[in-house]
Amino acid sequence: MKPVLLKEGIYWVGAVDWDLRYFHGPIYTTHRGTTYNSYLIADDHLTLVDAVYAPFAGELIGRIKAVADPSRIENVIVNHIETDHAGALPEIMKLAPGAKIYCSARARDGLQKHFPGAGWDYRVVKTGMELSTGRRTLTFVEAPMLHWPDSMFTYIPQEALLLPNDAFGQHLASSSRFDDEVDGHVLMEEAAKYYANILYPVSRLVLKKLAELEGMNIPVEMIAPSHGIIWRSRSSRIVEAYRRWAAGEWERKSLVVYETMWGSTMLMARAIAEGLSDQGVATKLYRISAGDYSDIIKELLEARLLVVGSSTIHRHFIASLAPFLDSLACLQPVNRIGAVFGSYGWSKGAAQAVTERLKQAGIETVPESLEVLWIPDQDDRQRCYQWGGSLAGLL
Amino acid sequence: MEQWECNACGYIYDPAEGDDSAGIAPGTPFEDLPDDWVCPVCGVGKEEFTKV
Repeated sequence: MKPVLLKEGIYWVGAVDWDLRYFHGPIYTTHRGTTYNSYLIADDHLTLVDAVYAPFAGELIGRIKAVADPSRIENVIVNHIETDHAGALPEIMKLAPGAKIYCSARARDGLQKHFPGAGWDYRVVKTGMELSTGRRTLTFVEAPMLHWPDSMFTYIPQEALLLPNDAFGQHLASSSRFDDEVDGHVLMEEAAKYYANILYPVSRLVLKKLAELEGMNIPVEMIAPSHGIIWRSRSSRIVEAYRRWAAGEWERKSLVVYETMWGSTMLMARAIAEGLSDQGVATKLYRISAGDYSDIIKELLEARLLVVGSSTIHRHFIASLAPFLDSLACLQPVNRIGAVFGSYGWSKGAAQAVTERLKQAGIETVPESLEVLWIPDQDDRQRCYQWGGSLAGLL
Repeated sequence: MEQWECNACGYIYDPAEGDDSAGIAPGTPFEDLPDDWVCPVCGVGKEEFTKV
């Protein structure tokens, strides 16, 4: 793939990773692969913004060479030190040993630990500081905890182009680079999954940063993140989606997520989901072991109500629910409510344990959980249906 | 009262505001925060804070 022109003199020189199926270790499935986006500014002073994951260094260098001699790189902007972006930095610095690295103070400290003894020429920048590359003035905006302490955005006023690194990204491999060249639903789905699994816990900071950017009164026409597709035609759409997700807005939707031993809790789950949907609540039903919890978590960006069920085993919930519940506790969904159900034989325990986990995730549950002894009969299933219907009243 | 900044992420503890997420009332000086209090943004401990 050739370098792709974003604006005159500004090129995408990153890499497409078609094979990636897990990100951040095994916790985030990336069914559609990803890209590592790196941008080359061919101005009077050749400038590279972010690199790629180390195994893709050769692709990055090849694409830079198609535009300019890499040894001419004078400035390297490191918006984020995570290895999927800074991993190829040593290969770049070998070719351009005199280049200055512009980054936040925390990024410099982090890079020194990632690449000890590299002896690079760091220039620490803060919000509002500028770097002239000739015709352009790069402006830096620190973005701590969006999503690491070192994170930073780079803005190019001449092109109204924002390079926010991981913010507004998506894990989506494609031979196309721009939002108007790919399926819009797929794009938003992957952007939502990215937000839910990475940025959910810092939603408060997202709102503050959006307000700060708005306050700076800088026009943004194009947003070029470090993963996935570049927002060229619909940049306002993703900014608005971030505002909505961070604020915890919701639609009249619910999720029923459960695990079952011999099918009793499954019967309950189905009746509850029917009760909800018959009251006009768009409801999705997930048996946790049949799918992938990082997909389910994405659904919470729209669904306000999370109904979780488990059979009781060993006086506890079924352990296959634990990664989902643990992830919720890490991600702290904004402004969501819960309800809990399950079947049991002699002793209870699952419902209470699930309730406690949801509380850790900041999800308040309805006071009465619904528990059924052994196998739900016709009356029990009716009770489940009505309980589901009553939950619809919360939305 | 003095403000303290988190070395890891830049969050500023403002005693005038306290820390709602940990039940810390407005008006609580940094010194009076419990030993197990952590940065509400990134989770590091009190020892990672520097007076602004």
